[in-house]
Amino acid sequence: MSPTTYLEAIRQGIWEEMERDERVFILGEDVGIYGGAFKVTEGMLERFGAHRVIDTPISESAIVGAAIGAAYMGLRPIAEMQFIDFISCAFDQITNFAAKSRYRWGAGVPMVIRGPSGGGVHGGPFHSQNPEMYFVHTPGLKVVAPSTAYDAKGLIKAAIRDEDPVIYLEHKFLYRRVKEELPQDDYTVPIGKAVIRRPGRDLVVLTYGAMVYIAMEAASELVKEGIDLEVIDLRSLLPLDKETILESVRRNNKVFVLHEDTRTGGIAGEIAAVICEEAFEYLDGPVLRVTALDTPVPYSPPLEEFFLPKVPDVLKTARMLASY
Amino acid sequence: MPTKTQLHELYYWMQLTRILEEKLVALYRTGKVVGGVYTGRGQEAIAIGTAYALEKDDLLAPMIRNLGSLLVRGFCPEDALAQYLARATSPTRGRDCNLHMGDLGKGVIAPISMLGALIPVMAGAALAVKIQKKRSVALTYIGDGGTSTTDFHEGLNFAAVRKVPLVLVIENNGWAYSTPVARQTANPEFVIRAQAYGVAGFQVDGNDVLAVYEAACKAMDHARQGNGPVLIEAKTMRMRGHAEHDDAWYVPRDEIEHWKTRDPVDRFERYLRETGSMSEEERNTILRRINGEVDRAAELAEQGPLPSGEDAAGGVYHETT
Repeated sequence: MSPTTYLEAIRQGIWEEMERDERVFILGEDVGIYGGAFKVTEGMLERFGAHRVIDTPISESAIVGAAIGAAYMGLRPIAEMQFIDFISCAFDQITNFAAKSRYRWGAGVPMVIRGPSGGGVHGGPFHSQNPEMYFVHTPGLKVVAPSTAYDAKGLIKAAIRDEDPVIYLEHKFLYRRVKEELPQDDYTVPIGKAVIRRPGRDLVVLTYGAMVYIAMEAASELVKEGIDLEVIDLRSLLPLDKETILESVRRNNKVFVLHEDTRTGGIAGEIAAVICEEAFEYLDGPVLRVTALDTPVPYSPPLEEFFLPKVPDVLKTARMLASY
Repeated sequence: MPTKTQLHELYYWMQLTRILEEKLVALYRTGKVVGGVYTGRGQEAIAIGTAYALEKDDLLAPMIRNLGSLLVRGFCPEDALAQYLARATSPTRGRDCNLHMGDLGKGVIAPISMLGALIPVMAGAALAVKIQKKRSVALTYIGDGGTSTTDFHEGLNFAAVRKVPLVLVIENNGWAYSTPVARQTANPEFVIRAQAYGVAGFQVDGNDVLAVYEAACKAMDHARQGNGPVLIEAKTMRMRGHAEHDDAWYVPRDEIEHWKTRDPVDRFERYLRETGSMSEEERNTILRRINGEVDRAAELAEQGPLPSGEDAAGGVYHETT
C-alpha cells in the first residue's frame, strides 16, 4: 500500500459514500468534466453519471439553495465551493435557509458544503481565506476542518452521513503535502471530537488545519528546551469538543490557541471564554493567542509569510507562557 | 374548463382566503397579533389558481401573500391563525411567524423572509425530482420587487440550464413596499425575462382565477413533460399596504380605485352568477360554511397556549431519540 494524500483521502471518502448511498450526489462549478479545480472529483462523472455529478453555472447561492431543496427531497447533496472564499456568495442560503430550517419547522437539511480554504499558497485575498467563524456563529450548522488524510476521509464520510448541514473546510496547503497509510475498511471520524496529536505535560496548544503542523514543529523545538507542549487538533469547530479541551487544561494548566484565521473574532476568543468560565481555577497563566494578522490575506510571499502564524511565533508564546 | 364542483371549490378557496385574512386583520387591530400581518388581498386568484393546478405529489413554496396556496395545499385556517398569534399549537410551535410554515408531507417548503431565496431551493427540489425520476412539479412565487435579487437570477438560470420542472410565478402587484415597478426595473414586462433565460413564459391576468388556473395547468404540463421551467407573470395589484401597519399613503388613490373594479373575488362571483354556475343559495351555503370555519378556527387558535420560554432551547440539531 502506498500512502494516500489528504486530497485523495477526501476524494476516496466522497467516492465510497456515493457507492454506498445512491442519495449522495455532488454539484458545483467544474466538478464534472474537469474533475474539480483541484481534482477532488476526478473520475466521478464517468463512474456516477451526469445526474449525480453536476456541473453548475457560476452561482454559489443557487448551488447551495439547490442542495437545500434536494436535501428536503431526501437526497444527500455535497455542494462544492471551487474556493471556499466564494462561500460568501451563498451566505444567505447557508445561514438563513439551511441553518434555521430544522429549528423553525422541523425540516432537517442533511448536506455538506465543502471547499479549499486557507493560505500559504500565494492565492491572494480571495483564494486564501478561512471563513469558519461566520458559520461557527450560526446555530444549526456544523463546521469541521481536518488536518490529516485519515481525518479528511473520516470526517467527509461523517459529514455526508450527518443529519444537519456541515461546512467541511479542506486546507489546500495540505492537499498534496500530507499523506499517510489509510485503513482498508470503512471508517468515520466523529464530528465534535478533538484529538491529542502530541501529549505533553507543561502546556497545551489548541489548533486545527494546517497550523497543526506548525504546532508539532514548535513542540519538537520546545522539547529541547525542556518544555513539553501538548498539541490538540480540534478537528471540529462547531460543535467544539469542550470535554477534551477542558480535560487538557486541567492537566497542563497553561494553554494557548493557534489559528490561521484572523485574530479578532477568531475561535481563540471563544475558547478562551469557555476555559475562563469552566476551568479558571486550573489556570497558571493567561490564555494566549497566536493568529494571523487582522488584515485580508496578502498575495506577495513576504507579506503572506508575515501574515501567517509561524513556528517562531509559537515558540515565543510558548516560552512566555512556560515562564509563568 | 373546470367542472361546476371545481368552480365551487375555487370560490370556496377564494372566499376562505379573503375572510380568513379579514379575521387576521381584525385580530391585529385588537392587538392580539404580536407581529405584523401581511395579506394578499386582491391577489387571491394567483395563489389559488396556481395551487389548485398542483397534483398530489407536487411541491409548493409559498410567499407571504400566498395564504390561499397553503389552504389549498392542506393547511387549515387554525394553522395560520395560531402562527400569527404565536401559539405553542402553531405549526412552528411559536418559533416562526405568519406564513413561515411548511410540511414536507404536504409537499410544502417553508419560506424565509429573504426574497428570492426560495427560487434556488425550489430549483433544487425540482432537480431532485429529475434525479429521482419522479413526475412532480415545483411551484413557487416571487414579487415584482423580488425579481431584483441575486437569487431570482441564479435560481431561474440554474433551473433553466438543468431543465428542471419548476414553475415560477411573478406576482407583479405594482409595489414592493413603497417602491413602484418603475424604480425596480427599467423593463416592466417581466414575462420577457423568460426569453432571456431560455424558458417558456406566459403573461396572465392575475385577477382572473380561471385564467390563472388555465395558465398554471399549461405551465405544469410543460414542466412535467420535461420541457424545463416556466415563468408566469401574473399582473395584479397590492390592495393594502406592505403590511397592516402601512396605510400605503404613497400609492395613488386612483390606482387603488381602478383595481377595486377588478377585484378577483367579486369578478369570479359575478362570473359564476352570470354563467349560472352557482345559485344564490349555493353561494350562501359556502359563505356560511366559511364563516363558521373561520370563527371556530379563531376560537381554537386563541384558546391555544403560548409556548413556555424554555421551549426556545433545543431542536437546532438532529436529536437521536
